[in-house]
Amino acid sequence: MPAVRFDSVSKTYRGGAGTVHALQDVSFDIEPGEFFGLLGPNGAGKTTLISILAGLARASAGRVTVLGHDVVDDYAAARRALGIVPQELVFDPFFSVRETLRIQSGYFGVQGNEAWIDELLENLGLADKAHANMRQLSGGMKRRVLVAQALVHRPPVIVLDEPTAGVDVELRQTLWQFIARLNREGHTVLLTTHYLEEAEALCGRIAMLKRGRVVALDRTRNLLAGTASTMLRFKTDQLLPASLAAHARITGRIVQLQAHDAAEIEALLGALRQHGVAIEDLEIGRADLEDVFLEIMHGAPIEALAAQEPV
Amino acid sequence: MITGWRTLFYKEVLRFWKVSFQTVAAPVLTAVLYLLIFGHVLDEHVKVFERISYAAFLVPGLVMMSVLQNAFANSSSSLIQSKITGNLVFLLVTPLSHRAWFLAYVGASVLRGLVVGAGVLLATVWVAPPGWAAPLWTLVFALLGATLMGALGLVAGLWAEKFDQIAAFQNFIVMPMTFLSGVFYSVASLPPPWRVVSHLNPFFYMVDGFRYGFFGVSDVPPAWSLAVVAASVAAVSALALHLLKTGYKLRH
Repeated sequence: MPAVRFDSVSKTYRGGAGTVHALQDVSFDIEPGEFFGLLGPNGAGKTTLISILAGLARASAGRVTVLGHDVVDDYAAARRALGIVPQELVFDPFFSVRETLRIQSGYFGVQGNEAWIDELLENLGLADKAHANMRQLSGGMKRRVLVAQALVHRPPVIVLDEPTAGVDVELRQTLWQFIARLNREGHTVLLTTHYLEEAEALCGRIAMLKRGRVVALDRTRNLLAGTASTMLRFKTDQLLPASLAAHARITGRIVQLQAHDAAEIEALLGALRQHGVAIEDLEIGRADLEDVFLEIMHGAPIEALAAQEPV
Repeated sequence: MITGWRTLFYKEVLRFWKVSFQTVAAPVLTAVLYLLIFGHVLDEHVKVFERISYAAFLVPGLVMMSVLQNAFANSSSSLIQSKITGNLVFLLVTPLSHRAWFLAYVGASVLRGLVVGAGVLLATVWVAPPGWAAPLWTLVFALLGATLMGALGLVAGLWAEKFDQIAAFQNFIVMPMTFLSGVFYSVASLPPPWRVVSHLNPFFYMVDGFRYGFFGVSDVPPAWSLAVVAASVAAVSALALHLLKTGYKLRH
């Protein structure tokens, strides 16, 4: 039985601006124990899909199950199996960190959970903040509490929606160490993130969404192997010839160009020389997930997509 | 899922108790001011029931008014705050049923209503002891009234998207219905057309029945008031439960 099954899930919003198809016939399974990545540009439908999984939104068509429990018909069992870390940095200003965790635990019917709450506080670097009011915490600390809240009932399936957005390096490391440990212990993890290097390092399998449809679904390894495997990186102050610029990833002075083999690298360098482009700090490296992502999303400008999707 | 709803009830109680200066002490003070000002100014001029001073007549009305307003304020403000700050998501992802939500939110509202009501009674009973003819009626009407308003607050909290809308609900529905329910006067003293209008107001029956418990005298028989109030509780509760079950403005 899959940990999570999305079966022909569609979500349509009807509003003043007309009909918007936020999700169209999305189907895939996440197996127990997987570390699964869900990627896509803003507005691709990632959060809508997770909202349907969590019961925060209802699908227009199709069904979603968690460990075989339908998220609508058998919502109590499905939600008990899920731990959701929401994207928004929300908190209840009336309570301390420990009170927040005790209350969340109680909602799931778990009593006498102090030992696990202590372990969560310890592992997320919150032990010395246990009695602090939520209002007094910094953004990063609030984010840690959100993670602890999602894990307080020991859910077999953990869903992290952009958990490291705007978070410092220290928390990212603490968080990933802890989540990776839970994954090794058998918890299934579903992650959405904008940090593709995180997805590449952590996720065994990845689905990519674009305009509400699944456009790629494979093991991370295979996705990386399937693309141009080599990357030419250099710095320049000059403009690239149009023929090269069309395929380049340009970040300030840094230019990256894809190449499949040594002959292609030679051809690229030849073209640069021919156009008189002076280059420095030349490197040849392996393509990363960001290259794969851009290749798959290529052809549909991200801004245009975002504008069509509901916020 | 006993633990689940009990936790939500506990959280809702803790929420108002942590700011009890504002949620309990302030409404008690307001009611005492009403009594001192209206009771003093009108005591010589208004006679509602034989052998009962106006101030003594006013006490049960003020107690009930406080019970009703605070029960409404508790569930409505808690829900709208959680919706606007976004922390309602912590509750939406739990396995709690719509019945558990209802019992916890309304239960905490009833408790706050009764705590404030008891506070107003304790603070005013010294000024003008109202007597206590049928305590059981008092308790039944306080409980049902608080339940009705807790459930109505839940409906308002679910419907509203902004604080202004809750304030509008409070100022344009709850306040007029409370003031026109006979808190400050006996409906029997009104001209006939207004008497008829008052009898269409469910708040009138809550206040009248509650007052019967103190004086053993009322404008309509208490059993009749009980029937109207119980029917109102059933109707508003059914609406609140339906909205919770369908996820109205909660799960899009």
